Amino acid sequence: MVLTDTFHLALSAFRSNKMRSLLTLLGIIIGVMTIIAMQSLITGLRKSINEQVSSLGSSVFQVQKFPAINMGPHDHDKYRNRKDITYADALAVRERVTAAKAVGAEVWNWGAELRYKDRKTLPNIQLAGVTPEFLENNGLEIAEGRFITAEDVDLNVAVTVIGADVVDKLFPFEDPLGKDIKLMGRRFEVVGIFEKKGSAFGQSQDNRIAIPFFQFTRLYGKERSINITVQAATPALVETATEQTIGVMRTQRKVKPGIENDFEIYSNETITGFFDNITKYVRIVAIAIASISLLVAGVGIMNIMLVSVTERTREIGIRKSVGAKRSDILWQFLIEAIVLSELGGLIGIMLGLGIGKLVDALTPIPAAVPVWTVFLGLIFCSFVGLVFGVYPALKAARMDPITALRYE
Amino acid sequence: MLIKLEKIEKIYEIGTVQVPALRGINLNVEKNEYIAIMGPSGSGKSTLMNIIGCLDTPSSGDYLLNQHNVSTMDDDQLAEIRNREIGFVFQTFNLLPRASALHNVELPMIYNGTPAAGRRKMAEEALEKVGLADRMHHKPNELSGGQRQRVAIARALVNRPSIILADEPTGNLDSRTGDEIMEIFEGLHEQGNTIILVTHEEYIAEHSNRIIRLRDGMVERDESVH
Ligand SMILES: Nc1ncnc2c1ncn2[C@@H]1O[C@H](COP(=O)(O)OP(=O)(O)OP(=O)(O)O)[C@@H](O)[C@H]1O
Ligand SMILES: [Mg+2]
Repeated sequence: MVLTDTFHLALSAFRSNKMRSLLTLLGIIIGVMTIIAMQSLITGLRKSINEQVSSLGSSVFQVQKFPAINMGPHDHDKYRNRKDITYADALAVRERVTAAKAVGAEVWNWGAELRYKDRKTLPNIQLAGVTPEFLENNGLEIAEGRFITAEDVDLNVAVTVIGADVVDKLFPFEDPLGKDIKLMGRRFEVVGIFEKKGSAFGQSQDNRIAIPFFQFTRLYGKERSINITVQAATPALVETATEQTIGVMRTQRKVKPGIENDFEIYSNETITGFFDNITKYVRIVAIAIASISLLVAGVGIMNIMLVSVTERTREIGIRKSVGAKRSDILWQFLIEAIVLSELGGLIGIMLGLGIGKLVDALTPIPAAVPVWTVFLGLIFCSFVGLVFGVYPALKAARMDPITALRYE
Repeated sequence: MLIKLEKIEKIYEIGTVQVPALRGINLNVEKNEYIAIMGPSGSGKSTLMNIIGCLDTPSSGDYLLNQHNVSTMDDDQLAEIRNREIGFVFQTFNLLPRASALHNVELPMIYNGTPAAGRRKMAEEALEKVGLADRMHHKPNELSGGQRQRVAIARALVNRPSIILADEPTGNLDSRTGDEIMEIFEGLHEQGNTIILVTHEEYIAEHSNRIIRLRDGMVERDESVH
């Protein structure tokens, strides 16, 4: 018997029993829907976190004193007692990490206050003392003017590049370029404006300014740990550059072999990796729940197939009387079970996608379904149909033709 | 010799009770014979037909069909025999209720791998033969009893089987419709088909060349008609 015939049969069996089939499929629908919706949510969340924490440029990692995510509070002392990372460390990395293209040093103050004429900002401006690599290594761009140059740093010129929020606050009606703003009583000439970045986790990323590195240390002293940003020469070299950097840093800071690093390497993957770690368990639980519901659904399918086999005993007898072999009948009912559960899978996928779309539309999470989950869902459904369809199909296939024909 | 039955017995067991339905049937059928099987109710006519039609297997005895020993065949081999060698017409038609006349007639060919196009053409021809060219797309419940039986006959002959078996094919029909069905069988016989049919009506049996009378699971009389 040709496969297409079997397939048509399966569909017509479904059509003649729509309501019953749909009810049976509820379990599969819910199971698949759960998996798909869950996946799309997690994938969307991950994507959104990824976008928000992509504070570094591509192929860039950063050496810093404190870890990006600090879990245990008791660890805090351990980190605080670490030696500060210094400009000399940055120079050593720049000199000796051959796999790096650009090595920058940056130092931060998270509560600067700026003035221009009679206007002033809140004392919450993120102030960075930077080298020219800052711009690219942090994935930033200049909207107007220019960025701080090597010359600015070497000659320690009092220039600054400001973010969009600062522009809004201090220069609502003026062009900021060429104007002097005041920081701790010192004048800095605005030479450039950062491209607007938007907010991450509800916090604006545009209320920042950059000044040359040594301008910063002159204002705030040298007793501050700096961050070293390293851009690998190519994406493929990120790992080599990381290893080299760790080596250089350990030598710089005289970390003995066998002792763990007394500094942290941070990259865009650090946070997503952390997220993956948490969501791993969410995924496992979701898959477990879905599996149980698919199991229940499978039993439902077995039940409905057994009913269907009994109801269609005469049909089986007729088919056998005109020459259907055991395998013909077996496949007919097996394919019917598989098509039935795949139909449930399809509906579940559609609903799951719908939930994803809804979340996408109503929340900031860009929910998206990875294609593989759709295929996996379908394959899983076929598997459920196959496993739970075998017994009823065998029962049908083994019927004696004359007994089946006589069945009332 | 097309069919050779030797000492065919069929015993049904209901619980511990043994019901002998056939008690040593010997029967030879030649090609292009037209046989009517008669006998009182419960005499074993249907049991015999089902065994000849390979729907059922005898408890003992040998059955040779076209020199093949059917009694030793397994399920799948029997299915193949039913498909190729036998066309069965039942008293209750036994059509698939949700399928069109055309599809019902195509059914035997679905199980022997005839390609869809050829299948359709042969089914149409068979339906034309029984005078149902204009009812091909009707479902059984949209057809009269006589028309349903014609569909069943078309299905029985579509694979050009060696033998057509009919168990009381007119039993559910009025006498005029019964006559029309009998005309079809007569036509098939004239075209060279071998036919065995069961009937209670003498006037229907008279269409045949040979009447076999059963009683209590045995052949009581076997006579030629002219
Ligand atoms: N499946 C069965 N189980 C038990 N006994 C059966 C079965 N089928 C038939 N019999 C018995 O076998 C005997 C022959 O039955 P069969 O159906 O062959 O009779 P028949 O000649 O076709 O009768 P009718 O003219 O009423 O159709 C009967 O006594 C019947 O009770
Ligand atoms: Mg009978």
